[in-house]
Amino acid sequence: MEKRYYQKEFETMPVEKIKALQSEKLRKQVKHVYENVPYYRNLMDKKGVRPEDIKGVEDLHKLPFISKSDLRETYPYGMLAVPLSDCVRIHSTSGTTGKRVIAYYTQHDVDLWEDCCARALVAAGATKEDIVQVAYGYGLFTGGFGLHGGSQKVGSLTLPMSSGNTERQIQFMLDLKSTVLCCTPSYAAYIGESLKEQGYKPEDNFLKAGIFGAEPWTEEMRRDIEKNLGIKAFDIYGLTESSGPGVAFECEEQKGMHINEDHFIAEIIDPETGEVLPEGSKGELVFTSLDKEAFPLLRYRTRDICVLSREKCSCGRTFIRMAKPMGRSDDMLIIRGVNVFPSQIETVLLTEGYAPNYRIEVDRVNNSDTLDVFVELLPEQLSDTPDGIIKREKALSSAITTMLGIRPAVHLVPPKTITRSEGKAVRVIDKRKLHD
Amino acid sequence: MIKQLTVFAENKVGYLSEITDLLAKNHIDMKALSIADTKDFGILRLIVDKPEVALKALNENGLLGTITEVVGVEISNKTGELSKALSILANCGVNVEYLYAFLSGSVDSAYVVIKATDNVAAEMILNDAGFKKI
Repeated sequence: MEKRYYQKEFETMPVEKIKALQSEKLRKQVKHVYENVPYYRNLMDKKGVRPEDIKGVEDLHKLPFISKSDLRETYPYGMLAVPLSDCVRIHSTSGTTGKRVIAYYTQHDVDLWEDCCARALVAAGATKEDIVQVAYGYGLFTGGFGLHGGSQKVGSLTLPMSSGNTERQIQFMLDLKSTVLCCTPSYAAYIGESLKEQGYKPEDNFLKAGIFGAEPWTEEMRRDIEKNLGIKAFDIYGLTESSGPGVAFECEEQKGMHINEDHFIAEIIDPETGEVLPEGSKGELVFTSLDKEAFPLLRYRTRDICVLSREKCSCGRTFIRMAKPMGRSDDMLIIRGVNVFPSQIETVLLTEGYAPNYRIEVDRVNNSDTLDVFVELLPEQLSDTPDGIIKREKALSSAITTMLGIRPAVHLVPPKTITRSEGKAVRVIDKRKLHD
Repeated sequence: MIKQLTVFAENKVGYLSEITDLLAKNHIDMKALSIADTKDFGILRLIVDKPEVALKALNENGLLGTITEVVGVEISNKTGELSKALSILANCGVNVEYLYAFLSGSVDSAYVVIKATDNVAAEMILNDAGFKKI
């Protein structure tokens, strides 16, 4: 099969050339930020680093980090590096973990971001012949506009559905013969479930690929979505702080996401000490934006825990690959002293034959943490004796214990009793009040 | 063998009435009902006139149900009759998982629904002992 790229020159650039390009861009970017963002200049001055100390990527570690708390402190315009009149767009985070983060874009920033999304779409097989249904939310959230812009750059017919109204999504999908679906993985799973309920088989739709991101998901969930929709499902990564989806994307190999290294430098650090870790280590992902004009974050701590790999990819892309993040460190729960990612629980559910419809509740009773997992029972799993259900709950609890190291109470509940999401799924309810 | 409608019920206000409401709306006639309950959930076991229709209605409304095969026999309304049936099963080594009874149309007999570890054997043994299938 012929390999297809959106911007072959960059996507297949030899690694040494990428590094040289990154070094050149980094020098300029540090100067730009130092001169135009007083907040970051102050951070550099405090650390005793001058722009001229940064000669290339090898000096990156000398720069101070930016974390979410810096963005909160500088809300709303403190990180702006160009005159506000040069900006054409604002997006914002969902604000689920605190105050919203505002990101601003010049036209150039929007263009580069859309190029990144176009690369992801082409890697997933999209061409100008395709019909791309964008079921990410449109609005402040970056998902809708990012994939929308990318799809138009590819020349695909773009369907700006936004999220929600599943009935209409399905009707348009079938009537207009959408071939590529873009949304959150939990919404893709929900659409698949709804199609099945309405009696449609995977071969009844025209979809061939899906690009799903904006929340953590597992390999098992991917297989489920692929089976139910009859498609190949591609992961995409990004965050509002770095423009939006498209910072990294999956190719047909589906073995990690290629980071657009001509626009971003990725580092893995020890989340405790901030020390840069050697390639292949598990740690917190840190991004430096090389081309962004309006909101150019240097060494931004994503809180995502993952691993990078420079291993050669058969798709021909030379960009380094990041493994699916194990979850944002924000998503990580510490229960009875054990680190727990909801994605680990999801993995167990899917391997044990349950649907990925679950809710995790954490509470503290008599100074001890409790973990309750609510899972929907499937029709074929119903038993005519309580014993049969209780046995299932115990087996599932043991399987989760093996994965996490702590034992949850598992509760099987009737179907459709766990709220479905049309955007980012709310799967964790932490009732502990530890920081009053 | 007869068909029992098995329904999963959450321990929540109104959940039972949601189920019975739905059955009524679909003109399902309930002959017998028994509930096995725990503190978190219950399992309803129902004998109805149209189990397939009932199951379809439940599933379409997001309720979880299934059809379970059970043994149904008629016993005469006399002291010691049920005990007789059960001791025959016990003597043959057939274990009863659960049972419940309901009245037949006549005052002379009752119907007993039995779920055994081996339903086929249970039915055969009871028929051979003179208990009529329903």
